[in-house]
Amino acid sequence: MHVDDIDRKLLRLLQDDATRSVSELAELANMSSGPVWRRLEKLEAAGVILGRKVEIDYAKLGYTVLVFLRITLDKTQGNAFDEFINEAQKIPEVEAIQTLLGRVDIRMDVRARDLKHYQEIYKSGVLALPHITDIEALMLVSEVKNTERLPI
Amino acid sequence: MIVDIDEIDHAILRTLQQDGGLSAKDVGGKVGLSQPAAWRRIKRLEEAGVIRGRSIILDREKLGFDVVVYLGVKLVTKGRVSIEDFERAVCAIPEVQLVQHVLGVYDYRLKVVARDLSDFERILRRRIMTLPGVGNVESNVLLSEEVVGTTT
Repeated sequence: MHVDDIDRKLLRLLQDDATRSVSELAELANMSSGPVWRRLEKLEAAGVILGRKVEIDYAKLGYTVLVFLRITLDKTQGNAFDEFINEAQKIPEVEAIQTLLGRVDIRMDVRARDLKHYQEIYKSGVLALPHITDIEALMLVSEVKNTERLPI
Repeated sequence: MIVDIDEIDHAILRTLQQDGGLSAKDVGGKVGLSQPAAWRRIKRLEEAGVIRGRSIILDREKLGFDVVVYLGVKLVTKGRVSIEDFERAVCAIPEVQLVQHVLGVYDYRLKVVARDLSDFERILRRRIMTLPGVGNVESNVLLSEEVVGTTT
């Protein structure tokens, strides 16, 4: 579908505050509710709006450690990526797995309660994964900015 | 402070992580609670700050952002680098979605969205490389993302 300026305006307003109702959006965009509602329906039907999500503060749940692992795989093994990802998905503390083009092959986010918990996950889970040739770890100190806002 | 939550709260969080747009009634239906009981628990999770907020999920590719790049940034150690200056300037770049201060081979991890590779090159050259204190920068282009479970 073609996304026009009015659509983008509505999406920007929703990126600012996803809890805005159709009537609030209509007021902010100087439109009446009917057209706003129809545009949102269209954006959802076309899959431009995929849904809504809650943001969770993991520190409040006792998860204080977030480690980003940057993994290099043994590419001489034909199915290294598939086998690695398949096994990695089974570790519940692994929050994200991404395939990258660059110096490293895979990025994985591992969330743990504390460093001791992280060490357990690392030893029994991560190191047991197949086809790893190198692992680099970055530990989160502080999150300065975290938004999924697109500059539309 | 860690918020004490029980199994039902965990189930509520898992349900909302899958679909943050669900109403209290829908959430209640999935975890076996009445609408008012589910509403009270969600309200409590929000007030305790476990649920920090809600956001809208947009399809970045349908909005023209085809490229995601993760950058590892090292600040220069020579001279006096003001971390505050760097952080303020990098957070102001609209294409930068994520700024994380990390421990490891890099000082900061950034996530950048761009329309295409030449758009990314422009952002890298004009906005990132000109940031105060920037030293070595490593780019890894996102190829694919796996769906994984949630920690809660």
